[in-house]
Amino acid sequence: MPSPSDRRYTKEHEWVRVEDDLGTVGITDYAQDQLGDLVYLDLPSSGTQVKQLDKLGEIESVKAVSDLYSPVSGELVEVNQEVVDRPELVNQSPYGQGWLVRLRLADPAEVDGLLTAEQYDELIAQAQET
Amino acid sequence: MSDGQAITLRRTALYDQHLALGGRMVPFAGWEMPIQYKGIVEEHHAVRQRVGVFDVSHMGRLEVTGPQAASFLRGLVTYDVAGLEAGKGHYALVCQEDGGILDDVFVFRLADERFLMVVNSASADKIHDWIRQHLHSSLQVTVEDRQAQTVMVALQGPDAQRYLARLVPSLAEGLGRQRSAEVSLAGVTVFFSRTGYTGEDGVEIILPSAAGIILWRWFVEHGVQPCGLGARDSLRLEAALPLYGNDIDATTNPFEAGLGWVLTLDDGADFIGRGALLRIREAGVQRHLACLKAQERGVMRAGYPVSHSGRQVGELTSGGFSPTLGVSIGMVYLPTELAGVDTELDVDIRGKPLRTQVVKRPFYKRPKSS
Repeated sequence: MPSPSDRRYTKEHEWVRVEDDLGTVGITDYAQDQLGDLVYLDLPSSGTQVKQLDKLGEIESVKAVSDLYSPVSGELVEVNQEVVDRPELVNQSPYGQGWLVRLRLADPAEVDGLLTAEQYDELIAQAQET
Repeated sequence: MSDGQAITLRRTALYDQHLALGGRMVPFAGWEMPIQYKGIVEEHHAVRQRVGVFDVSHMGRLEVTGPQAASFLRGLVTYDVAGLEAGKGHYALVCQEDGGILDDVFVFRLADERFLMVVNSASADKIHDWIRQHLHSSLQVTVEDRQAQTVMVALQGPDAQRYLARLVPSLAEGLGRQRSAEVSLAGVTVFFSRTGYTGEDGVEIILPSAAGIILWRWFVEHGVQPCGLGARDSLRLEAALPLYGNDIDATTNPFEAGLGWVLTLDDGADFIGRGALLRIREAGVQRHLACLKAQERGVMRAGYPVSHSGRQVGELTSGGFSPTLGVSIGMVYLPTELAGVDTELDVDIRGKPLRTQVVKRPFYKRPKSS
């Protein structure tokens, strides 16, 4: 399945969907599939300032823990409390209910530097070949 | 790698079945094994609630036969396996002279002069060498490696006995606990034992590879969930069953690991390590393998430091998320004074403390069947 084209992607398998100056951030379907059953999310609280590609938090599956990077710079304005309580939502709906945080974008131009859905799909197609 | 050395991973006879089922293959103790098919949590619950099947063909299987097989094995392992009647098996340890654990094994007495010893995959070569080292040529004992020609699967879960009864009507009355049986099915000899490594009821089955593939398919087609190494680890950890190489090894002794029940020390029969174990029993141990349960969110894992009142007191030997309890659990060797139930300890999760408590072993005990 192609990745949704209404958002942009990082090489680290995060996505951001921008509406006005707000960016909603999550991880891709490929990422949740690779990680396996998620059991714990460690996300910063509202008000935290992050820079693009800074570590945003940690995401932990039954198998392993991995770092989560912010696709954009900005101020964290909302954490999805539902996924903190039920991390399996990220597995079930990585592009919908399983979103992680919302940020107020510091520099909307940053988004243009991120991968498009097509570019991201190419990246994971290559990753699966090797 | 230098010298063009390639690591060749071994594959079990069920390898193609794993691929066909979407199994995610990972290297494990020199083998290429499935870590999961559908997902670790789903597979875990299938075993706790219904039934799952594991490929455990990577486990070592040694058949020890001969007039002196019983006395030879008695001298090799900690449990009185010479006292087993035919058709019974028991968990046992292979210890070195100082009482350190070389492997944990299962020994079945198939007949008076015939035994099967199941050993960990990572220890198989080591144990085979250990046996050769201690097997004097004067002894009438033959040791044969049965791994290459056979498949071993573990059918685990509350419904396992029902499947066994469908498969082998002669075992419909059920196989007693820790009992084993060799049954002829469609012309092949199949070994069944009521054993496992999940804390659930179940059977383990050994049979020729071609028949094993058919059996595996039959299970999957009849609603048994194929399960990978991920669920095997979370299930055994909930049951607080030690994992060799993690919770027990040559630097740990059976008493501190809570495995005193696997030792037969007072029947007068000698075995490697007995003298040291008697001395350890006399002196008492200073540490115990304790069970930790997280009191908040966060996942403890093997290797993480454990501290008490700000002082590091140990490192987790196992850790992970317990799907049954919904929190993280782990095991750690603690000084005796801290190993009591309810002691509060912090696990250092990459710099952040996770509040945990010592709980009774095991974390999970299956409900008694009526």
